[in-house]
Amino acid sequence: MLKFTKEHEWLKLEGDVATVGITHHAAEQLGDLVFVELPEEGATFDQDQEAATVESVKAASDVYCPLKGEVVEINQAIVDDPSLVNSDPQGAGWFFKLKLANVADLDSLMDEAAYKDMIA
Amino acid sequence: MSESADLKKTPLHALHVSLGARMVPFAGYDMPVQYPAGVLKEHLQTRQSAGLFDVSHMGQVIVKAKSGNNADAALALESLVPVDVLSVAAGRQRYALFTNDTGGILDDLMIVNMGDHFYIVVNAACKDADFAHMATHLGATCDVTAHFDRGLLALQGPKAQAALARLAPDVAEMKFMDARAVTLVGEPCVVSRTGYSGEDGYEISVPADKTVELAEALLAMEEVEPIGLGARDSLRLEAGLCLYGSDIDTTTTPVEAGLEWAMQKARRTGGAREGGFPGAAVILAQLENGASRRRVGLKAEGKAPVRGHSKLFADAEGKTEIGEVTSGGFGPSVEGPVAMGYVPTAYATNGTTIYAEVRGKYLPMTVAQLPFITPTYKR
Repeated sequence: MLKFTKEHEWLKLEGDVATVGITHHAAEQLGDLVFVELPEEGATFDQDQEAATVESVKAASDVYCPLKGEVVEINQAIVDDPSLVNSDPQGAGWFFKLKLANVADLDSLMDEAAYKDMIA
Repeated sequence: MSESADLKKTPLHALHVSLGARMVPFAGYDMPVQYPAGVLKEHLQTRQSAGLFDVSHMGQVIVKAKSGNNADAALALESLVPVDVLSVAAGRQRYALFTNDTGGILDDLMIVNMGDHFYIVVNAACKDADFAHMATHLGATCDVTAHFDRGLLALQGPKAQAALARLAPDVAEMKFMDARAVTLVGEPCVVSRTGYSGEDGYEISVPADKTVELAEALLAMEEVEPIGLGARDSLRLEAGLCLYGSDIDTTTTPVEAGLEWAMQKARRTGGAREGGFPGAAVILAQLENGASRRRVGLKAEGKAPVRGHSKLFADAEGKTEIGEVTSGGFGPSVEGPVAMGYVPTAYATNGTTIYAEVRGKYLPMTVAQLPFITPTYKR
């Protein structure tokens, strides 16, 4: 199941763990990333709490935790090569895996069609 | 987008939009911050080939002596800047600073000797104040006229000469900081061999109604791409050049800013025309004895960019605050974070390690020689 937030993150759920990243639209708006800072594994976040930072040549931007949960895995590959986020934001450029506190929270997020309407 | 109606437009506005630029408000103008290529590629394009920048928002002013003797205009200008203007030969230009009574900097500018007048380029955000300043203080002996409607293009990069020389072969023989009247697209233009990128290149003052034609002629060339304000900023930062309003302002003196090189002997203590500019007492004393703080280059040891306004500390625990970053970001050519900021003189020696606060962490930074890149000015 693929879900989206107003803050341009995507979540893909497997069991009670969601893989989280930023959307194509967000990656395009940010431009070429030169730095990514990810949370530590084991960190817990509330919904909409700042969880990661991405920086382009021009500016730093926060990436918010889309739902309440615990970070169980991070994608070191985007720390080593931030351009992965630009080249494949909804694939190899994922940010972290989040064990959701309440899987039912996902229902509050947008599906792909609703997200596409929002950015249209 | 709604606020864009209140913003001024340069002669190239429609061209920027048609090229797919992302437009942002800057100094009251709706300006291109980047084109579809993006800041990173635009930066590297300028370093490797040639980039065309619209800097028409900057203020162009002409100062002409009422006596007809250009030296009188030079001497009048010297009353506002700590710079030797009198020795700027016809066809040459010099970097200058308007200072205030406390030795602070009102703006930085270029002063060009065009033989029978001086042509001056000031920053966009300061241009109305600068014009009023000049009209007030030079008006008795000079005619001061604003030419804010004219276009101004910057063509920067190692292939700038080849590109511009295709339209006007004579520009190839110009040296860094030369300036001359050149006919381009059938109109009299002013071309100076200068810029704000650390690269060789030119700035071209062109009548408003010919600006699009000139820009299109240059952009049609294979080696030239349009470059936005985003890359203009990263290029000048790597080149160690000050941005007015960030790295220098009314609270910083030229000596604190490390701009001693811009103040020639003739205006210093014991010089032929010592002092005689606003804030001379403060600035001359600092030239003799040094200032208590200094602008320095800062290179991060890690990968995290350190932005303007980040606080600087003497220690890794953030106990002793010593200054602030005034410009900072990622340098695409340096391939790492670069910054400038002010620190007490005791910390200003190259190689000193200090710490910048970024998101609650104290990141080590090394005081480094400016510029961060090797400029390729055609001397």
